[in-house]
Amino acid sequence: MSQWLAIRELAEQVQAGKSSALELVEQSLRTIEEKSEFNAIIATLDDTARARARRIDERIANGEKIGRLAGVPFIAKDNFLVFGTETTAASNILKGFNAPYQATAIEKLEAEGAICVAKANLDAFAHGSSTENSDFGPTKNPHDPTRVPGGSSGGSGAAVVLDLAPFALGTDTGGSIRLPASFCGAVGYKPTYGLVSRSGVVAMASSLDTIGPLTRSVEDAALVIDVMAGRDPLDSTTIERDDESYTDFSDVQLKGAKIGVIKEYFGEGLSDSVRSTIDASIEKLKAAGAEIVEVSLPSLPLALAVYYVVCPAEVSSNLSRYDGQRYGYTNADATNLDESFSGSREIGFGTEAKRRIMIGTYVLSSGYYDAYYNKAQTVRTKLINEFTAAFESVDFLLGPTAPTTAFKLGQNIDDPLAMYLIDIMTVAANLVGVPAISIPAGFAEGMPVGLQLLAAQRHDRELFALAHAAEEAVRE
Amino acid sequence: MTKLSKDDVLKLARLARISLSDDEVERYAEEFSAILGYVDQLESVDVSDLLPTSQVTGLTNVMRDDVVASYGYDPKVLLENVPTIQDDQIKVRRMIG
Repeated sequence: MSQWLAIRELAEQVQAGKSSALELVEQSLRTIEEKSEFNAIIATLDDTARARARRIDERIANGEKIGRLAGVPFIAKDNFLVFGTETTAASNILKGFNAPYQATAIEKLEAEGAICVAKANLDAFAHGSSTENSDFGPTKNPHDPTRVPGGSSGGSGAAVVLDLAPFALGTDTGGSIRLPASFCGAVGYKPTYGLVSRSGVVAMASSLDTIGPLTRSVEDAALVIDVMAGRDPLDSTTIERDDESYTDFSDVQLKGAKIGVIKEYFGEGLSDSVRSTIDASIEKLKAAGAEIVEVSLPSLPLALAVYYVVCPAEVSSNLSRYDGQRYGYTNADATNLDESFSGSREIGFGTEAKRRIMIGTYVLSSGYYDAYYNKAQTVRTKLINEFTAAFESVDFLLGPTAPTTAFKLGQNIDDPLAMYLIDIMTVAANLVGVPAISIPAGFAEGMPVGLQLLAAQRHDRELFALAHAAEEAVRE
Repeated sequence: MTKLSKDDVLKLARLARISLSDDEVERYAEEFSAILGYVDQLESVDVSDLLPTSQVTGLTNVMRDDVVASYGYDPKVLLENVPTIQDDQIKVRRMIG
Protein backbone atom coordinates (compact mmCIF):
# COMPACT_ATOMS: atom_id res chain seq x y z
CA MET A 1 0.00 0.00 0.00
CA SER A 2 1.44 3.31 -1.04
CA GLN A 3 1.99 6.18 1.40
CA TRP A 4 0.79 8.55 -1.35
CA LEU A 5 -2.77 9.25 -2.38
CA ALA A 6 -3.63 9.58 -6.06
CA ILE A 7 -1.96 12.73 -7.44
CA ARG A 8 -5.28 14.50 -8.00
CA GLU A 9 -6.36 13.89 -4.39
CA LEU A 10 -2.96 14.92 -3.00
CA ALA A 11 -3.16 18.26 -4.81
CA GLU A 12 -6.74 18.77 -3.61
CA GLN A 13 -5.70 18.14 0.00
CA VAL A 14 -2.84 20.63 -0.25
CA GLN A 15 -5.09 23.22 -1.87
CA ALA A 16 -7.72 22.67 0.84
CA GLY A 17 -5.12 23.11 3.58
CA LYS A 18 -5.63 19.53 4.88
CA SER A 19 -1.99 18.84 4.19
CA SER A 20 0.91 21.13 3.31
CA ALA A 21 3.36 21.14 0.42
CA LEU A 22 6.22 21.27 2.92
CA GLU A 23 4.95 18.14 4.73
CA LEU A 24 4.82 16.27 1.42
CA VAL A 25 8.32 17.39 0.45
CA GLU A 26 9.69 16.36 3.86
CA GLN A 27 7.93 13.00 3.60
CA SER A 28 9.47 12.43 0.19
CA LEU A 29 12.99 13.48 1.26
CA ARG A 30 12.73 11.26 4.36
CA THR A 31 11.71 8.22 2.32
CA ILE A 32 14.54 8.86 -0.17
CA GLU A 33 16.98 8.84 2.78
CA GLU A 34 15.49 5.66 4.27
CA LYS A 35 15.70 3.75 1.00
CA SER A 36 19.06 5.03 -0.20
CA GLU A 37 20.53 1.51 -0.47
CA PHE A 38 18.63 0.99 -3.75
CA ASN A 39 20.63 3.84 -5.35
CA ALA A 40 17.61 5.15 -7.25
CA ILE A 41 18.59 8.78 -6.63
CA ILE A 42 21.64 10.75 -7.79
CA ALA A 43 20.90 13.99 -5.94
CA THR A 44 18.21 15.55 -3.75
CA LEU A 45 17.12 19.15 -4.16
CA ASP A 46 16.47 19.76 -0.45
CA ASP A 47 16.79 23.54 -0.31
CA THR A 48 15.08 24.47 -3.57
CA ALA A 49 12.26 21.96 -2.95
CA ARG A 50 11.65 23.25 0.59
CA ALA A 51 11.73 26.86 -0.57
CA ARG A 52 9.26 26.14 -3.34
CA ALA A 53 6.98 24.24 -0.92
CA ARG A 54 6.99 27.11 1.58
CA ARG A 55 6.06 29.56 -1.16
CA ILE A 56 3.17 27.35 -2.28
CA ASP A 57 1.92 26.98 1.31
CA GLU A 58 2.07 30.77 1.77
CA ARG A 59 0.15 31.37 -1.42
CA ILE A 60 -2.53 28.89 -0.33
CA ALA A 61 -2.72 30.61 3.08
CA ASN A 62 -3.36 33.83 1.12
CA GLY A 63 -6.28 32.19 -0.62
CA GLU A 64 -4.56 31.65 -3.97
CA LYS A 65 -5.45 28.75 -6.24
CA ILE A 66 -2.24 26.90 -7.13
CA GLY A 67 -2.97 24.28 -9.78
CA ARG A 68 -3.67 20.64 -10.48
CA LEU A 69 -0.39 19.46 -8.96
CA ALA A 70 -0.36 21.77 -5.93
CA GLY A 71 2.47 20.72 -3.64
CA VAL A 72 2.96 17.31 -5.26
CA PRO A 73 6.61 16.17 -5.06
CA PHE A 74 8.17 14.43 -8.07
CA ILE A 75 11.49 13.00 -9.17
CA ALA A 76 13.07 13.77 -12.56
CA LYS A 77 15.45 11.46 -14.37
CA ASP A 78 18.83 13.18 -14.29
CA ASN A 79 18.74 13.96 -18.01
CA PHE A 80 16.15 16.70 -17.39
CA LEU A 81 17.56 20.20 -16.90
CA VAL A 82 16.15 21.60 -13.66
CA PHE A 83 17.16 25.22 -13.11
CA GLY A 84 20.04 25.74 -10.72
CA THR A 85 20.79 22.04 -10.21
CA GLU A 86 23.46 19.70 -11.47
CA THR A 87 22.31 17.68 -14.50
CA THR A 88 24.70 14.82 -15.22
CA ALA A 89 22.74 12.32 -17.36
CA ALA A 90 24.62 9.91 -15.03
CA SER A 91 27.77 10.53 -17.06
CA ASN A 92 31.26 11.60 -16.00
CA ILE A 93 31.42 14.12 -18.83
CA LEU A 94 28.52 16.16 -17.38
CA LYS A 95 29.48 15.91 -13.69
CA GLY A 96 29.43 19.45 -12.33
CA PHE A 97 27.23 20.80 -15.13
CA ASN A 98 24.72 23.21 -13.63
CA ALA A 99 21.53 23.67 -15.62
CA PRO A 100 21.43 27.33 -16.75
CA TYR A 101 17.78 26.96 -17.83
CA GLN A 102 15.20 24.23 -17.46
CA ALA A 103 13.17 21.74 -19.46
CA THR A 104 9.76 22.82 -20.75
CA ALA A 105 8.28 19.69 -19.11
CA ILE A 106 9.60 20.85 -15.71
CA GLU A 107 8.31 24.40 -16.34
CA LYS A 108 4.82 23.07 -17.07
CA LEU A 109 4.76 20.79 -14.01
CA GLU A 110 5.98 23.63 -11.77
CA ALA A 111 3.35 25.98 -13.22
CA GLU A 112 0.70 23.57 -11.85
CA GLY A 113 2.39 23.49 -8.43
CA ALA A 114 4.51 20.31 -8.63
CA ILE A 115 7.87 20.29 -6.81
CA CYS A 116 10.99 18.49 -8.07
CA VAL A 117 12.61 16.91 -5.01
CA ALA A 118 15.32 14.74 -6.57
CA LYS A 119 17.11 13.57 -9.71
CA ALA A 120 16.92 9.87 -10.54
CA ASN A 121 19.68 7.51 -11.67
CA LEU A 122 19.83 6.23 -15.26
CA ASP A 123 22.12 4.49 -17.69
CA ALA A 124 24.56 7.24 -18.70
CA PHE A 125 22.96 9.31 -21.49
CA ALA A 126 20.00 6.88 -21.28
CA HIS A 127 22.05 4.22 -23.09
CA GLY A 128 21.01 0.93 -21.61
CA SER A 129 18.34 -1.45 -20.41
CA SER A 130 19.45 -2.06 -16.83
CA THR A 131 20.74 1.21 -15.27
CA GLU A 132 24.08 -0.57 -14.82
CA ASN A 133 25.75 1.83 -17.28
CA SER A 134 25.45 4.69 -14.79
CA ASP A 135 28.69 6.41 -13.76
CA PHE A 136 27.02 6.66 -10.31
CA GLY A 137 26.65 2.88 -9.85
CA PRO A 138 23.66 0.66 -10.63
CA THR A 139 20.16 1.04 -9.21
CA LYS A 140 18.67 -2.07 -7.57
CA ASN A 141 15.26 -3.56 -8.18
CA PRO A 142 12.81 -2.76 -5.33
CA HIS A 143 11.50 -6.35 -5.34
CA ASP A 144 14.92 -8.02 -5.30
CA PRO A 145 18.10 -5.96 -4.81
CA THR A 146 20.18 -8.61 -6.62
CA ARG A 147 18.28 -7.78 -9.81
CA VAL A 148 18.26 -4.79 -12.17
CA PRO A 149 15.35 -2.31 -12.29
CA GLY A 150 15.43 -2.19 -16.09
CA GLY A 151 16.61 0.87 -17.94
CA SER A 152 17.38 3.37 -18.84
CA SER A 153 14.89 5.14 -16.50
CA GLY A 154 15.66 2.55 -13.79
CA GLY A 155 16.04 5.14 -11.03
CA SER A 156 12.63 6.62 -11.89
CA GLY A 157 10.95 3.19 -12.02
CA ALA A 158 12.48 2.07 -8.72
CA ALA A 159 11.68 5.46 -7.11
CA VAL A 160 7.96 5.15 -7.83
CA VAL A 161 7.74 1.56 -6.58
CA LEU A 162 9.83 2.41 -3.49
CA ASP A 163 7.28 5.17 -2.82
CA LEU A 164 9.93 7.92 -2.86
CA ALA A 165 7.52 10.35 -4.55
CA PRO A 166 4.04 10.27 -6.12
CA PHE A 167 5.50 10.24 -9.64
CA ALA A 168 8.73 10.32 -11.60
CA LEU A 169 9.70 11.48 -15.07
CA GLY A 170 11.57 9.32 -17.53
CA THR A 171 12.59 9.36 -21.17
CA ASP A 172 11.82 6.61 -23.67
CA THR A 173 13.90 6.22 -26.84
CA GLY A 174 13.58 2.45 -27.29
CA GLY A 175 11.67 1.37 -24.19
CA SER A 176 13.44 3.27 -21.40
CA ILE A 177 10.19 4.12 -19.57
CA ARG A 178 8.23 0.95 -20.29
CA LEU A 179 11.00 -1.52 -19.45
CA PRO A 180 11.66 -0.22 -15.90
CA ALA A 181 7.89 0.01 -15.41
CA SER A 182 7.64 -3.67 -16.35
CA PHE A 183 10.65 -4.79 -14.27
CA CYS A 184 9.69 -2.75 -11.17
CA GLY A 185 5.89 -3.06 -11.30
CA ALA A 186 4.91 0.52 -12.18
CA VAL A 187 2.85 2.19 -14.88
CA GLY A 188 5.08 3.67 -17.60
CA TYR A 189 3.82 5.85 -20.44
CA LYS A 190 5.52 6.67 -23.74
CA PRO A 191 3.44 9.28 -25.63
CA THR A 192 3.04 9.81 -29.35
CA TYR A 193 6.30 11.21 -30.75
CA GLY A 194 6.24 14.98 -30.30
CA LEU A 195 3.35 15.18 -27.82
CA VAL A 196 5.66 16.37 -25.02
CA SER A 197 8.39 18.95 -25.61
CA ARG A 198 11.96 17.73 -25.26
CA SER A 199 13.46 21.17 -24.83
CA GLY A 200 15.90 21.02 -21.93
CA VAL A 201 16.27 17.25 -21.94
CA VAL A 202 19.64 15.71 -22.81
CA ALA A 203 19.21 14.44 -26.38
CA MET A 204 19.90 10.81 -27.23
CA ALA A 205 18.33 9.86 -30.59
CA SER A 206 16.18 12.72 -31.79
CA SER A 207 13.80 10.88 -34.14
CA LEU A 208 12.96 8.46 -31.31
CA ASP A 209 13.24 10.38 -28.01
CA THR A 210 10.04 10.88 -25.97
CA ILE A 211 9.26 12.03 -22.44
CA GLY A 212 6.76 10.46 -20.08
CA PRO A 213 5.83 9.60 -16.50
CA LEU A 214 6.29 6.55 -14.29
CA THR A 215 3.45 6.29 -11.80
CA ARG A 216 1.42 3.98 -9.61
CA SER A 217 -1.74 4.26 -11.69
CA VAL A 218 -2.91 5.02 -15.23
CA GLU A 219 -4.94 7.95 -13.88
CA ASP A 220 -1.78 9.54 -12.41
CA ALA A 221 0.10 9.03 -15.68
CA ALA A 222 -2.71 10.61 -17.69
CA LEU A 223 -2.77 13.64 -15.39
CA VAL A 224 0.99 14.20 -15.72
CA ILE A 225 0.76 13.91 -19.54
CA ASP A 226 -2.22 16.27 -19.55
CA VAL A 227 -0.04 18.89 -17.85
CA MET A 228 3.02 18.38 -20.08
CA ALA A 229 1.45 17.83 -23.53
CA GLY A 230 1.34 20.33 -26.37
CA ARG A 231 3.23 22.48 -28.85
CA ASP A 232 6.37 24.24 -27.69
CA PRO A 233 8.21 26.86 -29.77
CA LEU A 234 11.45 25.55 -28.25
CA ASP A 235 10.92 22.06 -29.77
CA SER A 236 9.83 22.24 -33.40
CA THR A 237 8.95 18.52 -33.46
CA THR A 238 6.08 19.00 -30.99
CA ILE A 239 2.49 18.38 -32.16
CA GLU A 240 -0.87 19.83 -31.13
CA ARG A 241 -2.43 18.25 -28.04
CA ASP A 242 -6.07 17.12 -27.87
CA ASP A 243 -8.58 19.74 -26.73
CA GLU A 244 -10.06 17.27 -24.24
CA SER A 245 -8.26 16.26 -21.06
CA TYR A 246 -6.15 13.11 -21.25
CA THR A 247 -7.78 12.12 -17.95
CA ASP A 248 -11.22 11.91 -19.54
CA PHE A 249 -11.66 8.15 -19.89
CA SER A 250 -15.33 8.21 -20.88
CA ASP A 251 -14.91 7.49 -24.63
CA VAL A 252 -13.46 3.98 -24.36
CA GLN A 253 -14.76 0.94 -22.47
CA LEU A 254 -13.28 -2.54 -22.41
CA LYS A 255 -16.58 -3.90 -23.62
CA GLY A 256 -16.37 -3.83 -27.40
CA ALA A 257 -12.79 -2.52 -27.54
CA LYS A 258 -11.03 -4.20 -30.45
CA ILE A 259 -7.56 -5.28 -29.35
CA GLY A 260 -5.01 -7.03 -31.57
CA VAL A 261 -2.62 -9.43 -29.87
CA ILE A 262 0.74 -9.09 -31.62
CA LYS A 263 1.58 -12.57 -32.88
CA GLU A 264 5.32 -11.89 -33.34
CA TYR A 265 5.78 -11.09 -29.63
CA PHE A 266 4.65 -14.55 -28.57
CA GLY A 267 7.30 -16.53 -30.44
CA GLU A 268 10.70 -17.82 -29.47
CA GLY A 269 12.51 -15.82 -26.78
CA LEU A 270 9.44 -15.11 -24.64
CA SER A 271 9.89 -16.71 -21.23
CA ASP A 272 7.23 -19.23 -20.17
CA SER A 273 6.36 -17.36 -16.98
CA VAL A 274 5.85 -14.03 -18.77
CA ARG A 275 3.82 -15.80 -21.45
CA SER A 276 1.44 -17.37 -18.92
CA THR A 277 1.03 -14.07 -17.02
CA ILE A 278 0.17 -12.20 -20.24
CA ASP A 279 -2.13 -15.03 -21.40
CA ALA A 280 -4.00 -14.76 -18.09
CA SER A 281 -4.34 -10.97 -18.60
CA ILE A 282 -5.74 -11.51 -22.09
CA GLU A 283 -8.35 -13.91 -20.67
CA LYS A 284 -9.37 -11.30 -18.10
CA LEU A 285 -9.74 -8.63 -20.79
CA LYS A 286 -11.87 -11.05 -22.83
CA ALA A 287 -14.02 -11.77 -19.80
CA ALA A 288 -14.54 -8.01 -19.40
CA GLY A 289 -15.90 -7.86 -22.91
CA ALA A 290 -12.90 -6.87 -25.02
CA GLU A 291 -12.82 -8.23 -28.53
CA ILE A 292 -9.43 -9.92 -28.87
CA VAL A 293 -8.01 -10.89 -32.27
CA GLU A 294 -4.56 -11.96 -33.38
CA VAL A 295 -2.63 -9.48 -35.52
CA SER A 296 0.55 -10.12 -37.46
CA LEU A 297 3.17 -7.45 -38.18
CA PRO A 298 5.61 -9.45 -40.32
CA SER A 299 8.49 -6.92 -40.20
CA LEU A 300 8.40 -6.63 -36.41
CA PRO A 301 11.28 -9.09 -35.89
CA LEU A 302 13.44 -6.60 -37.83
CA ALA A 303 12.63 -3.66 -35.55
CA LEU A 304 15.58 -4.17 -33.21
CA ALA A 305 18.06 -4.32 -36.09
CA VAL A 306 16.57 -1.09 -37.48
CA TYR A 307 16.80 0.47 -34.03
CA TYR A 308 20.45 -0.44 -33.54
CA VAL A 309 21.33 1.40 -36.75
CA VAL A 310 19.11 4.47 -36.39
CA CYS A 311 19.69 4.98 -32.66
CA PRO A 312 23.53 4.88 -32.66
CA ALA A 313 23.59 7.03 -35.81
CA GLU A 314 21.61 9.75 -34.05
CA VAL A 315 23.57 9.24 -30.82
CA SER A 316 26.88 9.79 -32.63
CA SER A 317 25.53 13.05 -33.99
CA ASN A 318 23.94 14.29 -30.74
CA LEU A 319 26.93 13.39 -28.56
CA SER A 320 29.41 15.23 -30.78
CA ARG A 321 28.53 18.36 -28.75
CA TYR A 322 30.40 16.94 -25.73
CA ASP A 323 33.81 18.16 -26.80
CA GLY A 324 35.22 19.35 -23.48
CA GLN A 325 35.35 23.00 -24.58
CA ARG A 326 32.09 24.70 -23.64
CA TYR A 327 30.90 22.67 -20.64
CA GLY A 328 31.48 19.39 -18.88
CA TYR A 329 34.69 17.46 -18.25
CA THR A 330 37.80 18.75 -20.03
CA ASN A 331 41.16 17.08 -20.32
CA ALA A 332 43.57 19.68 -18.95
CA ASP A 333 46.73 17.94 -20.22
CA ALA A 334 46.01 18.28 -23.94
CA THR A 335 48.54 20.27 -25.97
CA ASN A 336 46.29 20.97 -28.96
CA LEU A 337 42.58 21.14 -29.72
CA ASP A 338 42.31 17.70 -31.29
CA GLU A 339 43.93 16.08 -28.26
CA SER A 340 41.59 18.06 -26.06
CA PHE A 341 38.54 16.68 -27.90
CA SER A 342 39.74 13.05 -27.92
CA GLY A 343 41.08 13.10 -24.39
CA SER A 344 37.98 14.71 -22.90
CA ARG A 345 35.74 12.21 -24.66
CA GLU A 346 37.96 9.25 -23.67
CA ILE A 347 37.61 9.98 -19.96
CA GLY A 348 34.15 11.59 -20.04
CA PHE A 349 32.27 8.86 -21.89
CA GLY A 350 31.65 5.38 -20.54
CA THR A 351 31.92 2.11 -22.46
CA GLU A 352 28.37 2.13 -23.83
CA ALA A 353 28.41 5.75 -25.03
CA LYS A 354 31.68 5.09 -26.87
CA ARG A 355 30.21 1.90 -28.32
CA ARG A 356 27.13 3.70 -29.67
CA ILE A 357 29.07 6.71 -30.95
CA MET A 358 31.43 4.49 -32.93
CA ILE A 359 28.71 2.17 -34.29
CA GLY A 360 26.82 5.30 -35.32
CA THR A 361 29.92 6.74 -36.93
CA TYR A 362 30.34 3.49 -38.86
CA VAL A 363 26.77 3.30 -40.22
CA LEU A 364 26.87 6.96 -41.28
CA SER A 365 30.33 6.87 -42.84
CA SER A 366 31.00 7.18 -46.52
CA GLY A 367 30.54 3.85 -48.30
CA TYR A 368 28.31 2.38 -45.56
CA TYR A 369 25.57 5.01 -45.31
CA ASP A 370 23.30 3.45 -47.95
CA ALA A 371 23.80 -0.12 -46.80
CA TYR A 372 23.08 0.63 -43.14
CA TYR A 373 21.44 3.97 -42.34
CA ASN A 374 19.37 4.42 -45.50
CA LYS A 375 18.37 0.76 -45.52
CA ALA A 376 17.31 0.88 -41.87
CA GLN A 377 15.24 4.04 -42.42
CA THR A 378 13.54 2.33 -45.38
CA VAL A 379 12.75 -0.83 -43.40
CA ARG A 380 11.38 1.61 -40.82
CA THR A 381 8.90 2.81 -43.48
CA LYS A 382 7.84 -0.82 -44.02
CA LEU A 383 7.24 -1.19 -40.30
CA ILE A 384 5.23 2.06 -40.18
CA ASN A 385 3.07 0.82 -43.07
CA GLU A 386 2.37 -2.45 -41.28
CA PHE A 387 1.34 -0.64 -38.09
CA THR A 388 -0.91 1.70 -40.10
CA ALA A 389 -2.59 -1.29 -41.71
CA ALA A 390 -3.01 -3.02 -38.35
CA PHE A 391 -4.70 0.04 -36.84
CA GLU A 392 -7.21 -0.04 -39.69
CA SER A 393 -8.55 -3.35 -38.36
CA VAL A 394 -8.05 -2.93 -34.59
CA ASP A 395 -8.14 0.03 -32.18
CA PHE A 396 -5.28 -1.14 -29.95
CA LEU A 397 -2.39 -3.59 -29.97
CA LEU A 398 -1.26 -5.74 -27.06
CA GLY A 399 1.80 -7.74 -26.06
CA PRO A 400 4.28 -8.23 -23.26
CA THR A 401 6.54 -5.25 -22.47
CA ALA A 402 9.65 -7.42 -22.16
CA PRO A 403 10.49 -11.05 -22.95
CA THR A 404 11.56 -11.77 -19.35
CA THR A 405 11.25 -10.42 -15.83
CA ALA A 406 14.12 -8.45 -14.25
CA PHE A 407 17.45 -10.22 -14.66
CA LYS A 408 20.37 -10.38 -12.22
CA LEU A 409 22.79 -7.48 -11.85
CA GLY A 410 25.86 -8.21 -13.98
CA GLN A 411 24.15 -10.92 -16.03
CA ASN A 412 24.27 -9.13 -19.40
CA ILE A 413 26.85 -6.43 -18.77
CA ASP A 414 29.63 -8.10 -20.79
CA ASP A 415 27.40 -9.00 -23.74
CA PRO A 416 26.04 -5.83 -25.37
CA LEU A 417 24.00 -7.73 -27.95
CA ALA A 418 22.22 -9.76 -25.24
CA MET A 419 21.49 -6.46 -23.43
CA TYR A 420 20.12 -4.91 -26.64
CA LEU A 421 17.77 -7.88 -27.13
CA ILE A 422 15.91 -6.96 -23.90
CA ASP A 423 14.39 -4.05 -25.88
CA ILE A 424 13.00 -6.31 -28.59
CA MET A 425 9.33 -5.61 -27.72
CA THR A 426 9.60 -1.90 -27.00
CA VAL A 427 11.64 -0.33 -29.83
CA ALA A 428 8.93 -0.59 -32.50
CA ALA A 429 6.70 2.02 -30.81
CA ASN A 430 9.58 4.53 -31.00
CA LEU A 431 10.44 3.75 -34.62
CA VAL A 432 6.78 4.13 -35.61
CA GLY A 433 6.04 7.08 -33.28
CA VAL A 434 2.96 5.55 -31.65
CA PRO A 435 2.00 5.80 -27.97
CA ALA A 436 2.55 2.78 -25.73
CA ILE A 437 2.01 2.01 -22.07
CA SER A 438 3.22 -0.69 -19.72
CA ILE A 439 0.87 -1.60 -16.87
CA PRO A 440 1.44 -4.19 -14.12
CA ALA A 441 0.00 -7.57 -15.14
CA GLY A 442 0.97 -9.52 -12.05
CA PHE A 443 4.02 -11.45 -10.88
CA ALA A 444 5.99 -14.35 -12.31
CA GLU A 445 8.33 -16.14 -9.90
CA GLY A 446 8.12 -13.21 -7.51
CA MET A 447 8.99 -10.50 -10.05
CA PRO A 448 6.62 -8.05 -11.78
CA VAL A 449 5.45 -8.55 -15.38
CA GLY A 450 4.34 -5.66 -17.59
CA LEU A 451 1.51 -5.74 -20.10
CA GLN A 452 2.10 -3.42 -23.07
CA LEU A 453 -0.76 -1.66 -24.88
CA LEU A 454 -0.29 0.47 -28.01
CA ALA A 455 -2.51 2.78 -30.05
CA ALA A 456 -2.20 4.68 -33.32
CA GLN A 457 -0.40 8.04 -33.37
CA ARG A 458 -2.28 10.85 -31.61
CA HIS A 459 -4.64 8.37 -29.89
CA ASP A 460 -3.05 8.91 -26.50
CA ARG A 461 -6.37 9.79 -24.91
CA GLU A 462 -8.00 6.59 -26.09
CA LEU A 463 -4.96 4.58 -24.97
CA PHE A 464 -5.16 6.04 -21.45
CA ALA A 465 -8.86 5.21 -21.29
CA LEU A 466 -8.28 1.63 -22.39
CA ALA A 467 -5.31 1.19 -20.03
CA HIS A 468 -7.34 2.59 -17.14
CA ALA A 469 -10.04 -0.01 -17.73
CA ALA A 470 -7.51 -2.77 -18.38
CA GLU A 471 -5.56 -1.96 -15.20
CA GLU A 472 -8.62 -2.78 -13.08
CA ALA A 473 -9.67 -5.83 -15.11
CA VAL A 474 -6.17 -7.35 -15.02
CA ARG A 475 -5.82 -6.83 -11.27
CA GLU A 476 -9.08 -8.62 -10.45
CA MET B 1 29.11 -11.33 -42.19
CA THR B 2 30.57 -7.95 -41.29
CA LYS B 3 33.81 -8.22 -39.39
CA LEU B 4 35.71 -5.24 -38.04
CA SER B 5 39.48 -5.25 -37.57
CA LYS B 6 41.38 -3.34 -34.90
CA ASP B 7 42.42 -0.86 -37.60
CA ASP B 8 38.75 -0.30 -38.48
CA VAL B 9 38.01 0.49 -34.82
CA LEU B 10 40.95 2.88 -34.61
CA LYS B 11 39.70 4.67 -37.73
CA LEU B 12 36.20 5.01 -36.23
CA ALA B 13 37.68 6.28 -32.96
CA ARG B 14 39.64 8.91 -34.89
CA LEU B 15 36.52 10.00 -36.81
CA ALA B 16 34.53 10.18 -33.55
CA ARG B 17 37.37 11.99 -31.68
CA ILE B 18 37.68 9.40 -28.93
CA SER B 19 41.03 8.09 -27.66
CA LEU B 20 40.96 4.37 -26.86
CA SER B 21 43.25 2.05 -24.90
CA ASP B 22 44.61 -1.10 -26.61
CA ASP B 23 42.25 -3.25 -24.55
CA GLU B 24 39.27 -1.19 -25.66
CA VAL B 25 40.26 -1.48 -29.33
CA GLU B 26 40.36 -5.26 -29.07
CA ARG B 27 37.10 -5.47 -27.17
CA TYR B 28 35.21 -3.14 -29.51
CA ALA B 29 36.43 -4.94 -32.64
CA GLU B 30 34.83 -8.12 -31.33
CA GLU B 31 31.64 -6.47 -30.10
CA PHE B 32 31.07 -4.36 -33.22
CA SER B 33 31.39 -7.46 -35.39
CA ALA B 34 28.66 -9.15 -33.31
CA ILE B 35 26.35 -6.10 -33.33
CA LEU B 36 26.78 -5.39 -37.04
CA GLY B 37 26.38 -9.13 -37.70
CA TYR B 38 22.94 -8.90 -36.07
CA VAL B 39 22.09 -5.79 -38.08
CA ASP B 40 23.11 -7.55 -41.32
CA GLN B 41 19.67 -9.23 -41.40
CA LEU B 42 18.35 -5.98 -42.90
CA GLU B 43 20.41 -6.59 -46.04
CA SER B 44 18.02 -9.13 -47.56
CA VAL B 45 14.78 -7.23 -46.82
CA ASP B 46 12.88 -6.20 -49.93
CA VAL B 47 12.14 -2.49 -49.74
CA SER B 48 11.54 -1.76 -53.41
CA ASP B 49 9.07 1.12 -53.95
CA LEU B 50 9.61 2.39 -50.38
CA LEU B 51 11.28 5.63 -49.34
CA PRO B 52 13.35 6.08 -46.18
CA THR B 53 11.56 7.60 -43.17
CA SER B 54 12.86 10.92 -41.93
CA GLN B 55 9.97 12.20 -39.80
CA VAL B 56 7.23 10.05 -38.27
CA THR B 57 4.37 12.45 -37.53
CA GLY B 58 4.22 14.11 -40.93
CA LEU B 59 5.46 17.55 -39.90
CA THR B 60 7.16 19.48 -42.70
CA ASN B 61 8.95 22.83 -42.65
CA VAL B 62 8.03 23.97 -39.17
CA MET B 63 8.64 27.71 -39.42
CA ARG B 64 8.74 30.60 -36.99
CA ASP B 65 8.84 34.34 -37.54
CA ASP B 66 12.38 35.60 -38.06
CA VAL B 67 12.41 37.89 -35.05
CA VAL B 68 14.65 38.11 -32.02
CA ALA B 69 12.90 36.63 -28.98
CA SER B 70 14.14 36.56 -25.42
CA TYR B 71 13.84 33.30 -23.51
CA GLY B 72 15.41 34.80 -20.43
CA TYR B 73 18.73 32.97 -20.70
CA ASP B 74 21.43 34.94 -18.93
CA PRO B 75 24.73 34.84 -20.86
CA LYS B 76 26.68 35.09 -17.59
CA VAL B 77 24.89 32.01 -16.21
CA LEU B 78 25.37 30.15 -19.50
CA LEU B 79 29.11 30.85 -19.36
CA GLU B 80 29.48 29.56 -15.79
CA ASN B 81 29.80 26.00 -17.10
CA VAL B 82 32.71 26.81 -19.43
CA PRO B 83 36.00 25.15 -18.34
CA THR B 84 38.30 28.00 -19.46
CA ILE B 85 37.16 31.52 -20.02
CA GLN B 86 38.88 34.81 -20.92
CA ASP B 87 37.13 38.17 -21.34
CA ASP B 88 33.73 36.44 -21.53
CA GLN B 89 35.04 34.28 -24.40
CA ILE B 90 35.44 30.49 -24.44
CA LYS B 91 39.15 29.76 -24.54
CA VAL B 92 40.31 26.66 -26.46
CA ARG B 93 43.67 25.12 -27.33
CA ARG B 94 45.62 26.26 -30.38
CA MET B 95 44.11 24.92 -33.61
CA ILE B 96 46.71 25.79 -36.22
CA GLY B 97 50.44 24.91 -36.09
